[in-house]
Amino acid sequence: MLARLQELWTIFRRDRLGVVGLLIFTLFLLVALFAPYLAPYDPMESLYRPDGSFARQDPPSWRHPFGTTRMGRDVLSQVIIGSRVALLVGLTSAFITTFIGTNIGLIAGYYGGWIDDLLMRLTDIVYGIPFLPFAIILVAILGPGLTNTIIAIVLISWRTTARVIRSQVLTLKQRTFIEAARLTGASNLRIIYRHLVPNVLPLSLVYTALNLGWAIMTEASISFLGYGDPRLVSWGSILFSAYVAQAVYDAWWWVGPPGLAITLLVMSGFFISRAVEEIANPRLRER
Amino acid sequence: MSAEQKKPGLSSGTALLSVNDLKVHFPQKQGLVEAVLHPEKRRYLKAVDGVTFKLQAGETLGVAGESGCGKTTLAKTLVRLYRPTEGEILFLGERIAHLKGKELTRFRKKAQMVFQDPYESLNPRFTVRAILEEPLVIHGFGNARERQERIVSTLGMAGLLPPEAFLPRYPHEMSGGQRQRVAIARVLVLEPSFLVADEPVSMLDVSIRAGVLNLLGTLIQRLGLAGIYISHDLSLIRYMCDRTAVMYLGRIVEMGSTEGVIRHPLHPYTQALVAAVPVPEIGRPSRVNLEDEPPNPLDIPRGCRFHPRCPRAKGICQEVPPPSVVVDADRQVECHLYS
Repeated sequence: MLARLQELWTIFRRDRLGVVGLLIFTLFLLVALFAPYLAPYDPMESLYRPDGSFARQDPPSWRHPFGTTRMGRDVLSQVIIGSRVALLVGLTSAFITTFIGTNIGLIAGYYGGWIDDLLMRLTDIVYGIPFLPFAIILVAILGPGLTNTIIAIVLISWRTTARVIRSQVLTLKQRTFIEAARLTGASNLRIIYRHLVPNVLPLSLVYTALNLGWAIMTEASISFLGYGDPRLVSWGSILFSAYVAQAVYDAWWWVGPPGLAITLLVMSGFFISRAVEEIANPRLRER
Repeated sequence: MSAEQKKPGLSSGTALLSVNDLKVHFPQKQGLVEAVLHPEKRRYLKAVDGVTFKLQAGETLGVAGESGCGKTTLAKTLVRLYRPTEGEILFLGERIAHLKGKELTRFRKKAQMVFQDPYESLNPRFTVRAILEEPLVIHGFGNARERQERIVSTLGMAGLLPPEAFLPRYPHEMSGGQRQRVAIARVLVLEPSFLVADEPVSMLDVSIRAGVLNLLGTLIQRLGLAGIYISHDLSLIRYMCDRTAVMYLGRIVEMGSTEGVIRHPLHPYTQALVAAVPVPEIGRPSRVNLEDEPPNPLDIPRGCRFHPRCPRAKGICQEVPPPSVVVDADRQVECHLYS
């Protein structure tokens, strides 16, 4: 097992962008974990300059490396605290999405027939739903909050994973080792979860990393459009308040850092997925 | 070899396996409009089309024939990977065509199969230990220590020595011969009484074929297994089997003792097969050559299914399917020349 992990790491390491992605992701993860200790100020507190005047939209300085907002809040602290929402929503929805999508793909692909038809037509319907408008409307109906954001993301994004895993299962189930497993008396569930899952798992992980990126982006979009939880600081909500304050053109330090953070984290997800793909698909390794 | 292997108690009718007019047809895809308007026009691929034979305990039967003649379908149906369309398979007197659930699992423990391609038949994500342990777990064999002992002893029997060294290996870490031995061990770990081997050495290097064949042969003999050995290679069948059946387009056209069938082939198709075996011999009579490929099993010729390629076809061959003729005590042939 350890040897296998080592082997996987050797393959992963060959993809330099993947390693960069992993580094960025780890950095953000650490920031999110230790956010309360790292943030110099309370992100919602209105701050004052040393001379006692209100710190209204101050440009970056030593006291406030990323400057302050119209309300005199420290942007750096907001970005640090905001990483928690991004990672929480990203990771949770990526894993739930992978779980649901992989299972639907496995069941549809393995059983075939009307089960496959039913699940794949459902997937087609979900493919017909525009992602962001759906998420916004759902959050507007269910009310803002992280749980509802995650629900909205998961309800849509399982579709890709399900389709990809199904097609992988369709090829796998034609292979003799599945026939051999049936011959030893393995039940359908055993074949699906003991024989097929280990073979589709690398591909699932590719899509987990991709979904991570999508989820973070979607959460940021929802918050940016003002449908996020008003009590929480997230990167999207920082951008939202900058936009509402009409400061997008004046205060670059207010929009730049959260925007860059979103870009970097989403990018790291895509980079990681690229490297995992080389593990999932050995043919790519020869490039 | 065959005389001492046949168990006297079983020769009186209760065969281990008794196959009666077995048919396996695969429906072909049909367009939606066609399916609604002309459902009767649906075409069937008749992979196995009326096969009858018996197999005694401890006996080995070779099944020979060209690719596409239904050998593999027959093999997979006998171990119930496919369901027969028609006909009966009796295993120890029990009908197996419609077994389900626990009864099917019980049958699986006794009837096993070795597949052709060891690069495909082992799960790439399973270690050798997992591959061999799974059947034991499924059939509820003993506790972890007993399973371990059984796995190690079976690996040893399959000639993978030292067994412990193979336990943590993945299929891609082994050679083709070693993989096929693992596949054989996976089958033996259940101690079946009936084994089907579908061209078990055709994907292996010529240099290691003999080793794997010898292993199969000794194990079949030592464990008293009944075996069906499927191959297009008559010389391998001669080496392995007591009796031989020759298949052509889904039917057994000739069956008898291996020596008899190979030395004195009766059916023109068998004669052609035997003649195709390369033998280093000078002054041999000219070969019987077959023209063309075998016909499409979707579109089986009328009358004798061999007549379009048969060098000795007569008028009747185009019209009437030949009956099965018992030529002598141990030989039957489906050919108008002998009726």
